Amino acid sequence: MALTNEILKQKLSDKFGEQLTEWDEQYGLLTVRMPADANLKVIQHLYDAEGFQFLTDLTAVHYPERTGEELCVVYHLHNLVENIRLRLKVYVPVEKPDVYTATKVFSGANWMERETYDNLGINFVGHPNLTRILNVDEMDYFPLRKEYQMEDPTRTDKDDEMFGRGGSI
Amino acid sequence: MSEQTQHHIQLAEESLAKQSTTLNLGPTHPATHGVFQNIMEIDGERVLSTEPTIGYIHRAFEKIAERRPYYQVTPLTDRLNYCSAPINNMGWHMTIEKLLGIKTPKRVDYMRVIIMELARIADHLICNSVVAVDTGALTGFTYVFQWRELIYEIYEEVCGSRLTTNIGRVGGFERNFTQAAWDKINKFMEGFPKVMREFEALLNRNRIFMERCIGAGPISAERALNYSFTGPNLRAAGVDYDVRVAQPYSSYEDFDFKIPVGTTGDVYDRYMVRNDEIWESYKIIEQALAKITKLEQEDPTQKDVFYAPESDHYHLPAKQDVYTKMEALIFHFKMVMGEIDVLPGEVYHGVEGANGEVGYYLISDGGRTPYRLHFRRPCFIYYQAYPEIVSGGLLSDAIITLSSLNVIAGELDA
Repeated sequence: MALTNEILKQKLSDKFGEQLTEWDEQYGLLTVRMPADANLKVIQHLYDAEGFQFLTDLTAVHYPERTGEELCVVYHLHNLVENIRLRLKVYVPVEKPDVYTATKVFSGANWMERETYDNLGINFVGHPNLTRILNVDEMDYFPLRKEYQMEDPTRTDKDDEMFGRGGSI
Repeated sequence: MSEQTQHHIQLAEESLAKQSTTLNLGPTHPATHGVFQNIMEIDGERVLSTEPTIGYIHRAFEKIAERRPYYQVTPLTDRLNYCSAPINNMGWHMTIEKLLGIKTPKRVDYMRVIIMELARIADHLICNSVVAVDTGALTGFTYVFQWRELIYEIYEEVCGSRLTTNIGRVGGFERNFTQAAWDKINKFMEGFPKVMREFEALLNRNRIFMERCIGAGPISAERALNYSFTGPNLRAAGVDYDVRVAQPYSSYEDFDFKIPVGTTGDVYDRYMVRNDEIWESYKIIEQALAKITKLEQEDPTQKDVFYAPESDHYHLPAKQDVYTKMEALIFHFKMVMGEIDVLPGEVYHGVEGANGEVGYYLISDGGRTPYRLHFRRPCFIYYQAYPEIVSGGLLSDAIITLSSLNVIAGELDA
């Protein structure tokens, strides 16, 4: 029997119950939120039991207005046999952005997590080499966070309001 | 810059006493095509370990994209894999179309398929001929580059640009293909097979080339999957995953083509998979041309279809209207200034780029720019396996492994 979003949702709800919340299915891609301290348990279970053995993508998003859960780590997993994708989300506070690393399960997560750390400052606990990868080593901020402005804020000769997202966001 | 923060190559501790040699390969080494630095520990000719450093051309596209209206993000995607920019462009357009729920007409899909497959051929030609160059055979490289040039001329006829194409728009193309473009496509279809067969005759069963490539830089299917390999490099290891078949987009389900797979994932398998994919792409273009001809024969009005009518709101009006009609001028202005809002939503769309799955993870909050845009860049993901692949092999194998993986610096660093 082919694995569908409904069956997968049912199976995961049976296994993890209340731990998985905010089910969503935008554009046919099943999305679910998992608690930050159980992310590895869910991923390992998906890897072992449900055949999600391919990590398509790993990144993070900054939502400054969500107090207490500002940073969101997003995993895209793929079951190549059943050809079904799944999106997993973990929310962590910006003061303590600790998430367990997925490098034990996926070797490919190594650089993806380094990139996410580099750009958004997620601290992947247990990562073998969590250092900056794209930006210069001396950088002391995380550039993809929303409070960091793209244009130099001291400049007065350019008015950004007319182009794209205005103001400080 | 103070003395502590000055950049210098970090030599391993007690590097004078140790038996192995530290070799700094790159960032601008003539044998590595692009800016890659590898600090290698070598014992004679054998590579013990390597430490890649990347980010030399990091341009912060994900941050820039957060300040750009959607149509201005397209030129950023050009600069990811600049050897096959049209695939990136169209992947991005299709991501927005998915977000907006736009269904493109069949003729647009087939025109896109033609351009995307031409781009794939161009990209694979570069990769395969460069593998040959790194093994010492320069002739094939200069020979097939004439045909890559013709592909670039086709882009030029379609969109006016060659390398960084910015081709197409949301919902289709900015203008219909001209007769000159069709003529050039037909010229390519006529002349290319003969050239490709000569290129194959030069290398495929060439004893020197085979002995040089077979067994160099192999990776198993398990490791390749664990490293999230995609594209020809994954297929060379024996996994038949191709986004065009697994999750068809742009009407790829209408086409009949094979997915070539290898067995050992070494340089020769990667070369052969790309070689066979060139022929499959050629077959796809043939079918697409036939399908477009059939559409036009059945309904002559199809000749003027080059974008989805329901995407009017996201498509620049025709230039002659902009110059003569008030509404079109206003609309053109609104669009160029980025005043067009799109729906809020969260979408991931992956297309089969020349190097693997190029993915766009887009979060829109309803504003005129993306709230967050993340590019899944296949090069970035599979290049991290490079130390594991080359360890234990010869230094010269490490060089051809790098070129046969087809690591493109633009896609690596974004």
